[in-house]
Amino acid sequence: MVDKSIVAKLKEKAKQLRIQSVKLVYQAGSGHPGGSLSAADIISAVFYHAMHYNSKKPDWPDRDRFILSKGHCTPLLYSVLADVGYFPKEELATYRRLGRLTGHPNPKLPGVEIATGSLGQGLSVGHGMALAGRLDKKEYYVYVLLGDGELNEGQVWEAAMSAAHYKSDHLIAIVDNNKVAQDNMTATLKGVEPVDKKFEAFGWQVFRIDGHDIGKIIDTLAAAKNAKGKPIAIVADTIKGKGVSFMENKPEWHGKAPNEELYKKAIEELERG
Amino acid sequence: MAATRDGYSTALIKLGASNPNVVVLDAGVSDSTRTNKFAERYPERFFNMGISEGDMICTAAGLAKCGKTAFATSFIAFLLGRGMDQIFVSVAYSDSNVKIIGTHAGVAIGEDGPTAQSIGDVAYMRAVPNFTVICPADAVEAEKAILEISKIKGPAYVRLGRGNVKTIYDDSYGFKIGKASVIMEGKDAAIIASGIMVQESMAAAESLKKEGINVRVVNMSTIKPIDKDAIIAAAKTGTIITAEDHNIRGGLGSAVAEVIAEEKLNTKFHMVGVKDRFAESDSQKVLFKKYGLDAEAIAAAVKSNLNK
Repeated sequence: MVDKSIVAKLKEKAKQLRIQSVKLVYQAGSGHPGGSLSAADIISAVFYHAMHYNSKKPDWPDRDRFILSKGHCTPLLYSVLADVGYFPKEELATYRRLGRLTGHPNPKLPGVEIATGSLGQGLSVGHGMALAGRLDKKEYYVYVLLGDGELNEGQVWEAAMSAAHYKSDHLIAIVDNNKVAQDNMTATLKGVEPVDKKFEAFGWQVFRIDGHDIGKIIDTLAAAKNAKGKPIAIVADTIKGKGVSFMENKPEWHGKAPNEELYKKAIEELERG
Repeated sequence: MAATRDGYSTALIKLGASNPNVVVLDAGVSDSTRTNKFAERYPERFFNMGISEGDMICTAAGLAKCGKTAFATSFIAFLLGRGMDQIFVSVAYSDSNVKIIGTHAGVAIGEDGPTAQSIGDVAYMRAVPNFTVICPADAVEAEKAILEISKIKGPAYVRLGRGNVKTIYDDSYGFKIGKASVIMEGKDAAIIASGIMVQESMAAAESLKKEGINVRVVNMSTIKPIDKDAIIAAAKTGTIITAEDHNIRGGLGSAVAEVIAEEKLNTKFHMVGVKDRFAESDSQKVLFKKYGLDAEAIAAAVKSNLNK
């Protein structure tokens, strides 16, 4: 059972990440708020608690790796990378403008391991990193965050077969299961449920949790490390647009910037908590 | 005679011994690509990813981002056919130290037919930034090219064949990325060829010599970055014929045409290659004859385009 003060701290961090994410999308006039808001609690637990890294030594060979396979959620990723010190906070002003903070991540930016945002590639890349870790007799873990719509891409399942086949138990896939894709609800587009049973069938150790219960997320991330001989999938049930009432569960807020009026409303709601 | 894919295998075994960071991946065809020879000796550094080319390429990128020099291998038709997005995003744009090695190039593979005959790969890869594109002419050059690309820290694509080809070089050959080599000298015309078409071009040149036509044969083994100086020198003959086992749209011929146009070279120009159509199933010899890829077709192209 996790310390309540840790959970409180992580909740506050998640709130700040949500606010910063919406600010970035508004500032740039484009971007993906819905999927950034849904994953904020997961990212808070991973970056402020579970992961071992050193933002001042982005190439530290023994670091845990994180891959944002759902690469469009850069508002969230850049917010956390800036906050933990991978690059100066002032650089956030260049989001989606000339420079390193491209609309989808690229590894010229410290903290970004690989370019993503063509969906479906990150789990294979993460698996390659896990294979390297085992070859080099290192203990690092590789965390890969995927979307549920992303599970439509066949390559995700190629990687799932590979990781189970190679018994890659230092690979942890987290599915931000917010049930909304871009042009539709995932279930209407091409249903992926039952996500947990699918990963089990592919030979993974699976946990299915509420993706907004930070205490549960931390416990599960710790339990994941006890899995031996199987890669780990954490299916986190979330709400796309979580925290902003008019964005919740709406495909239209997958990849759209709010106008000034809606932006102010969103920030006010998120600040209120 | 030897196959370029065997030159690859020889190089990999040398690299396995000399470079502990070299890892090799395959997509279920390691007997055909010859990566199984590396696998036998260095099983812990060999990863067969099964018939999943996209997964293989990205897995290679992950290994490369953790300090490995990763060789990702399969038949070109499937490796590039299914893997272009992964090559573009996880390898090229991410600047991953991945070498994409494809075997079984072109119509020359013969009986398996058009779905396995890769005729567009050079065109695809020329359009990917940050990639070196090499097409070795024989097994010696293939081995040296693999060793050379292992020294550069970035993406490269090497196009290898299936069948045995004439051995042109010996161990004294100093292969350099970006440098064409002149195999035969001549002032009446120039043939700029790649891969298996180098031996066809040499045969064409021999038969033309008997008719008093002396032709320079240039092996343009690095297609990107292309050796501009070699093209400028070839243009002085007044006739350039390109020869490739590849669609004439977008490959070596197109690359040479770009230089001729940009440098305003005063030369006649004609491309020998697959005329933007699908072939069929038969032996290499039969297909090369029917689809205009053999020494006779090259010699005829030279004669029709002499600039005297």
